[in-house]
This record gives sequence, structure tokens and C-alpha cells, in this order.
Amino acid sequence: MRFRYHTRYSDARKLLPWTEGRVAYLLLVLALIAAPFVLQRFWVGELSYIFILAIASLGLMILKGYTGQVSLGPAAFVAIGAYAHALMLDAGVPFAVSLCLTLIISGAAGLMIGLPAIRVSGLSLAMMTLAFAVIVEHVLGRWKTLTGGFSGLPVETPVLFGFRLGTPTAFYFLCLAILIITLLGLVNLMRGPKGRAFVAVRDSEAAAWGLGIDVARTRVEAFVLSSAILGLSGALMAHHVQHLTPEGFGLLLSLELVLMVVIGGLGSLRGALLGAVLIGFLPRLISMAKPLLPAQVSAQFGLEIFAYGLVLAVFVLFEPRGLEGRWQKTKAFLTSFPVYRRDTFRRQKTYMRSERLK
Amino acid sequence: MSLFEFDAVTLSFGGITAIRNLSFHVEKGEIFAIIGPNGAGKTSVLNVVSRVFDPNEGQIRFDGRDITKVPRKGVADLGIARTFQNLELFERASVIDNLRLGRHRFERGGTWQSLFNLPSHGRREDEAREAVEAIIDLLDLSPWREAMVGSLPYGVRKVVELGRALALEPKLLFLDEPASGLNSEETRDLSFWIEDIRRDLGITIVMVEHDMSLVSAVADRVLCMNLGSRLALGTPSEVQANADVIAAYLGT
Amino acid sequence: MGLDPVLLAQLTLNGIATGAIYGLVALGLVLTYKATEVLNFAQGDLLVAGAFIGWALIALGGVPYPLAAVITVVAVGALACGLEAGVVRRIAGQPQFSGVMLTIALAFMLRGLISMVFGPDSRSLPTPFTGQTVWLGPVAISAPSLVVIVVAGFVTLLAFGLLRATTLGVAIQAASQNQLAAYLSGIPVKRLNSFVWAGAGAVAGLCGLLLAPMTLVDLSLWTVLLKALAAMVLGGFGSIPGALVGGLLIGLIEQFSGVFMPDGIKDIVAYIVLIGVLMLRPHGLFGEAHGRRV
Repeated sequence: MRFRYHTRYSDARKLLPWTEGRVAYLLLVLALIAAPFVLQRFWVGELSYIFILAIASLGLMILKGYTGQVSLGPAAFVAIGAYAHALMLDAGVPFAVSLCLTLIISGAAGLMIGLPAIRVSGLSLAMMTLAFAVIVEHVLGRWKTLTGGFSGLPVETPVLFGFRLGTPTAFYFLCLAILIITLLGLVNLMRGPKGRAFVAVRDSEAAAWGLGIDVARTRVEAFVLSSAILGLSGALMAHHVQHLTPEGFGLLLSLELVLMVVIGGLGSLRGALLGAVLIGFLPRLISMAKPLLPAQVSAQFGLEIFAYGLVLAVFVLFEPRGLEGRWQKTKAFLTSFPVYRRDTFRRQKTYMRSERLK
Repeated sequence: MSLFEFDAVTLSFGGITAIRNLSFHVEKGEIFAIIGPNGAGKTSVLNVVSRVFDPNEGQIRFDGRDITKVPRKGVADLGIARTFQNLELFERASVIDNLRLGRHRFERGGTWQSLFNLPSHGRREDEAREAVEAIIDLLDLSPWREAMVGSLPYGVRKVVELGRALALEPKLLFLDEPASGLNSEETRDLSFWIEDIRRDLGITIVMVEHDMSLVSAVADRVLCMNLGSRLALGTPSEVQANADVIAAYLGT
Repeated sequence: MGLDPVLLAQLTLNGIATGAIYGLVALGLVLTYKATEVLNFAQGDLLVAGAFIGWALIALGGVPYPLAAVITVVAVGALACGLEAGVVRRIAGQPQFSGVMLTIALAFMLRGLISMVFGPDSRSLPTPFTGQTVWLGPVAISAPSLVVIVVAGFVTLLAFGLLRATTLGVAIQAASQNQLAAYLSGIPVKRLNSFVWAGAGAVAGLCGLLLAPMTLVDLSLWTVLLKALAAMVLGGFGSIPGALVGGLLIGLIEQFSGVFMPDGIKDIVAYIVLIGVLMLRPHGLFGEAHGRRV
């Protein structure tokens, strides 16, 4: 068991107070920088995709994990970002400018759905975002003159300051850089006044109003921030798939993103990243596990979706705090060994208090 | 002119008149208690002040300003803080963060500075932390500083909520049943704190309370409500001796 | 364009038939939501399970239709009951969102299992009334649609009557408002919850049997859940008559927009209406607004 002794208030603001933590993160970053030179091409692409998912997962975490607003249609904003970016590149907008505009456009789309959503929360909001996602998917399929409909829209290679980022390695570093920038920005924001206001709105609207927090505005801000980041991930997604079709942004992607934040652990940015890694690798894990399974099971088409369901169910039932919660428990176990008490993290038994009357 | 004036306020919703033409005023530096049987409209008084409800008639003046014209988020900026009957804490945040949120009215803006973690942001955070530490000292919360509020015992949570209201640096503090659910020792601590808050911090206090021992111990004046109207107003002993009050509590 | 009264009648009838299905699925959602506070996203896949079980009994087992229908309804009801008792019960008291996640997980697992057992092909469900048409004057209605309307009306009346007029219904309502209090007053809350889930599952199985003859026995049948959710929200999120009316409204709006609106609107009109209604009346068309007490 260790304690932090602060001698100045600024000590409390340090992101990584321990040397071990600093070394661990440094090693992680170095490993990620070395990875594309060691790994096969396929895995470099896979890792880039996971970085993209991680950005999207961070975006959704702001909305669901920090502000407590349920969205079941985050893929809509990913789609808006992807198509907006692809179309702007098509029109000759430089890559960097297009990326910034994508942030603004998808943020504006978030405003469009966030403003009417002020008055609804909980399950109604979930339904509203779900409906929005279905509508966006249909519009993308139908608006053939703009989006190419179901035959798809090709995406140009990113060119940054004159460098063509066409190779998997170059694209890998682009995704990694954007992920790190997004993560650091959000870490700072979430431990500042804005992040605290988000949490306040999540945990008690009545108290938040009483402290002078404009709850309605804060909720819309979270929507805009979250959609902008989701849109950003969409822009990168467009380059990853190279050919945009509406099916790529359907209900399944939405649910995958929701799975990431739930399995990762709501209310934690690290959780968002862990969730993205797990869900991103799940299809690979399943295909790796297939040879080990009996042939009549492994050949089946439904195996993958069954595995998604199983993982989600296991987390909801046995580890509602997600991977982040597991991480905290493991850490507590290791640092307090041998006096770790299981009950430290035990949840109080609560009887049903209806949320319907909220 | 009094610090706070409730002037002929009527509030009705859903076919119930929760407050019926109620008037009272609170002087600066006073500890003012509101008592009354359940359903008398005590909490509604607080909810009208914090703009949860719009009164149908009447004015509520604070420092001479009609706060029924102030938006809901603006009440805190005037220097009015409140606690809640059934605790409205930020359960999945630490005690420190709960108290820091109490200071939200001093922390608006600065989003970009916090995004890039600029030195000016760091200084602001440290100042806020210092102010919060003073409250932690005052209310003996230091053992719980980093703990998640959701994991704390009920009595401590009530103190955290009081601390959060104090962090707002209010001129006027509304306490909604501060002693409910506390044991007698905790209630005694509370009465000391309430007096300290008035004496050392110069905060005027209005509290809704059932526990007459607390009310008699700290309140200067007591308003007794029944069915949304004023039944009696005076010193604790006057109100306790009032025939109407006894009838309302015991039934006729 | 002159409005042809026969066309209008035809559209209305078709709308009522599809709407009745939406309403019936929504009814199952409302039942479990009211009793256990869980919005059951697996309802759509229970429906698919019903369709496949019915198909297997009739096409593979040669069981006569009425008997197959009864077996299917009972089987899916038992499946739902088992899900409640074995899985969903464990998250009682947790936030609503946990229920959403858990039932989505169950839906995925069910869908995966069904596709593992039956494969990805779609098939048609042979029933005594498949492909038949009934003429009501100049208006034609397919026999499966007519069956849907009749059954939906009957089931709604049954559910409504059960909740309103019997002791069992009062107990369910009590448990839905405060489980602990209901438990302390001697109501067997756990058994009631399983019972309600069984009932909702039976309704889902029935819906599968009713819907499959109108289309095909296919995994994608679960998407009717999305329309049912829209119906439920329109109806005020917890009201049985509201769910049915919401379903009918959506069915009618869809049919009419298919004719009178630009191409492609039909598929999304339900969702546009849903968003519009939530913007204007956040508690649905028939819901009451509750302020939260502080």
C-alpha cells in the first residue's frame, strides 16, 4: 500500500505521479512507435484500425461515460465525418483543412441532434439517437448523387504537407498521432472544470443547477464534443476502408462502439481505450480460436455475433465497471497484497428505485 | 431592507397549492428555521427559490433583486446555495471533486486553457484547491478527501453536501432537513457547524427541519407552515407554545 | 390525384395489419418494462426464435399448424422465463442502461445460436392461411394479415384485462412500482417477474408465427423490434393501450407515406415521427410528465 504525500497543490495535478507509471507509458509509446517496423503489414493495418476505434470510443465515452447521456447511434456521426471528409477531399480541399472542417461539420450534426435532445434523457434519448442513426444510414444509401449510394464512394489517399500517406506505416503513424493528441486533450479537459461539470450533470441534474451549472447547455456541449470526435474517427475510417458504403456505418458499428465504452468501463478514458482494444481484436481472437473449436461450431456464421453477446453479457453481469474496474482491482490487489479485501470494491445491494419517474 | 424577502408568493401545480400567499423575511446574519408537518410546503419554498418552479404570484427578493426573474443557473451566482432533503451528490466523483464543483461559479470559462493545460489553468486549479481545503478543515472531512462519495456512510455524505454548498461561498444558505438521518452525536456536531458558519463565515442560514432540538438550539426565529400558508412566526419558544402549531402537529 | 376510396381503405387495412404486429411486439416490451424495468432488446430475437421453432415443427416435424403454434408459444415463453430467472434477475436494481446492455447481449447470443442451428438461409412458413386472400367488398386483405389483426386485438384485451381486473395484475403493478415494498407485503416478486417475462416471451413467439407468413422466416425479422420501440415511445413508454395505438399509428403512417410521399421515405418515416414526437412531447403521445422530486 502506498500513499501520496503532497507538499504543494500542484503535486495533485500531476498525471503520472509514480516513476513506474511514467516508465510504463514511455515503454508503451516506444513499443507502438517500433511496432510497424516489426509487425507484418496486416497487423499494422489492424492496429491502425484499433487506433481509429479508440478515437471513436473516446468520443462516445464523453457522452455516455461522463455526461450519462445514452446514445445507441454513434455510428451516425462516424458516418457523417467519413462522408464529409471524403467529399471534401474529392472537391480538392487539403487534407489537414478537411480534417478540421470534418470536426466542425460532425460537431454541428451533434448540435442538430443535441439541441432537441435537451428535453429527453435515459431510454427516450437512446431511442432518439437510434432513430437518427437509422435515418442517416438510409439517407446515405438513397442520396446517390452525393454519396454514390450502395455502390460506394472511393476515398483519396491522404496527403499531409506534400507527403502522400499511402503506405500502411505512414497511415499508422497518422492514426497514432491523432489518437494521442485527442487523448491528451480529453484528459486535460476531463480533469478541468468542464469535465467536472459533465460529471455533475450525469450524477445529479438538480444539484448541478443549484451550483450554477447550465445543465441544458452542458448536455449539448457534451453532444457536440462527442460527435466532433466521432466524426474525426470517421475521417480516418474513410481512409482505412478506402471505399465508403452505408452498410459500414450501420447498427452493428453503433453497437460495437457502445460495447467498447461499456466493456471498457463507463466514466474512464482509459476504459474507452481498453474497450476499443478488446472489441477491435475480438474478430481476430475468434478467427484464431476457430481451429481449436469443433468443426461444426467453427464453420458457423453466427459464431462471431454470439461471441460479442457472450463477452458483453459476462461484463454486465460480473464486472459492471468493465476493464477499467478490473484494472483498478488488480492494481489494488497487487499494491495491498497480502491484505487485499475483496469487499473494497463490493457494490452495495440496491433495491429497484424506479428511474421511470425521473 | 432585509437580505431575503418572500413576498406574497403563491405556487400551485398539478391541482395542488403548495404555497399559499406566503410572506416572510430573513435578516442578514440570522438563522431562520422553517418547520411544519409533512406536505406543508417547506421544500417547495426552497424549490421556488432555486427556480425549480416558477411561482404563480408574488416576488422573492434577495439583496433587493427579484430572483423570480433570474434564470435557474443564475441563482448560484447571486450567492444562494442549498442542500437537498434526499442528498443530491455527485456519487461517482471524489469528495474533492464534489467540493470543487461547489466552486463552479468561479470556474466558468478557461476551457481552452484547461484543454492545453496552460500554466494559468494550473494556478486557477491550485487556488480552487486551496479554498476547498479550507472547507475540508472546517468540516473535518480530511479522512475522506479522495474517497468516492458513493462509498461513504450517510452521515459523512450529509456533511459533504453541506461542504459543497459552502464552497459556493454563499451569502445565503438553504438547508433542507440537515439533521434527517443523523444520529444525536452527528446532529450535535451539525448544530456547532451551523453556528460556526454564521459566526465565522458570516453566512445567513435558512433551514427546513423537523428536529425541534436542533431548531431550538440554533434558530433565531421560526416559521411554522401548514398547507402552504404561514401558521406562526416567532422565536422557537413562542412558536412551540402557539396553539395553532400544536393543533396542526397533533391534529384536532 | 383524386383520392380513391378503395385505395384509402386498402391502405388503412394494410396499415392496421402491419401496425398490429408492431403494437403486439411493443406490448411485449411494455410488459417486461413495466414489471422489471428492463427494456428488452432481445424481444426481436425471441420473435425470430418463435418463427424458426414454428417452421421446424411444421416443415421438419410435420406437426399440424394449431398444435405447432401452441408448442411454439409455450416454448418461447419458457425460453424468456428462463432468461429472466437465470440471467436478467441478477441485475435487478442496477441502472436501466445495464438492462439495455444485458438484453442486447442476450439478443446477440440468441441470434448467433439461431443462425448456428438453422444456417443463414431464409425459408417460408407454411400455414393453412398462407397465400390466401379475403375480400371485404372491394378491399382485399391477405389472410395472414387478417389473422394478425384478430389475434392482436384479442391478446391486447387479454393483457389489459389481466393487469386491470385480477389480483395477479394488481400484484404485478405493485411490484412494478416498488419491488422492495411489494416483496415485504408478501408478493412473490421474483416469481411474478418470471411470469411476466414468460408472458412477454409467449407474445414474441406468437408475433414470430404471425409475422413469418407475411414475409419469410429469416434472421432479419428481429428488425421489427426497432419499429416496436418507436411504437412504444410514441405510446408513452409504459402504457399497454399506448403501445398498441403507437404501433397502429406507425403502421398507418408507413403505408400512407409509401404512396403519398417520395420514394424511400417509407422506410424511415417511423423514425422521423419518433424524433418529432420526442422533441415536442418528450413523454410520448399518451405519457404523463413526472417531475422528479428533490
